Amino acid sequence: MSVVMFFLAAGAAIIGAIGVVTLRNPLYSVLALVCHLVALAALFLLLRAEFVAAAQVVVYAGAVMVLYVFVVAYVGGGEEVSAGSTLRILGPLFALALAVELFIALLGSALSGIHRYGAPYKLGFGTPEQIGRLFLTDYLFPFEVASLLLLVAAIGAVVLARRRRGLEEGALELKDLLAMPRPAYTGTIAEGVGVRRVREQLEQAHGGVTEVVPAGAPGSEEQS
Amino acid sequence: MALDWYLAVSALIFCIGAGGVLVRRNPLVVLLCLELMLNAANLALITFARMHGGEAGQIFALIVMVVAACEVTVGLGLLVAISRRNLPIDVDKLHELNG
Repeated sequence: MSVVMFFLAAGAAIIGAIGVVTLRNPLYSVLALVCHLVALAALFLLLRAEFVAAAQVVVYAGAVMVLYVFVVAYVGGGEEVSAGSTLRILGPLFALALAVELFIALLGSALSGIHRYGAPYKLGFGTPEQIGRLFLTDYLFPFEVASLLLLVAAIGAVVLARRRRGLEEGALELKDLLAMPRPAYTGTIAEGVGVRRVREQLEQAHGGVTEVVPAGAPGSEEQS
Repeated sequence: MALDWYLAVSALIFCIGAGGVLVRRNPLVVLLCLELMLNAANLALITFARMHGGEAGQIFALIVMVVAACEVTVGLGLLVAISRRNLPIDVDKLHELNG
């Protein structure tokens, strides 16, 4: 029974992996990866890693893949132009060489001689209780570092993907920003550098900017 | 089921992922292929945990999942920033940092 389950799950995992690489539409790639992850969770269950299997389905197939689907929908998976580069040929060759090397290492190692069928099963192996105990005793430091890493990644993603004011249409334009009253000698470096150019453009367009920039703004002092 | 079969599956998935990273040009799919490689490593770690009868490998696998989640978050954030600036979504054309 476990042999049948293994071959089913392994086949699904490998087919899913091939689907991720070969499918043209990124959305289908994401769906193939979901299939791959679920099959992998079944393999984890066969290896008696219950908690990791559950975490795999909930965290990966649940949360991370939803994030992927949203980003595919946002970015709009553009069709790839067929790559004519040398990597097109070298990539599969490299993967093949890597596979041959890994299989030589696998067959040549003494791993299969030592524990071909694994250590005898202990009751409670891989349960959340056992994993939690290890996380809070032996592996406390990696646990804390992982939480810090998650925090940094969350803040980093928000900073990277946030909406920047002034870059998109419909937002305040630069001349409105310049006209905004603010204390003297404040403002960003970009504005300080860009002031001269924008004022020249405005002067060409409107024949003078005295009505746009109020007295007291740093731009007017520089130019007068 | 002998455990070396699991290692063979893991090696195969890793190679498929590595080939995908090299061949595909959409950064989104490159990230997906990186996920494949990390998952192959996870499978190997859990196989070793089963082999030795200790949970350390499973702890490692969980930490790898955390790292993968962080990588995905930052990578997708970069991707959203790229698409917001209307830059091409193509790793061959995004070589501004190349010098």
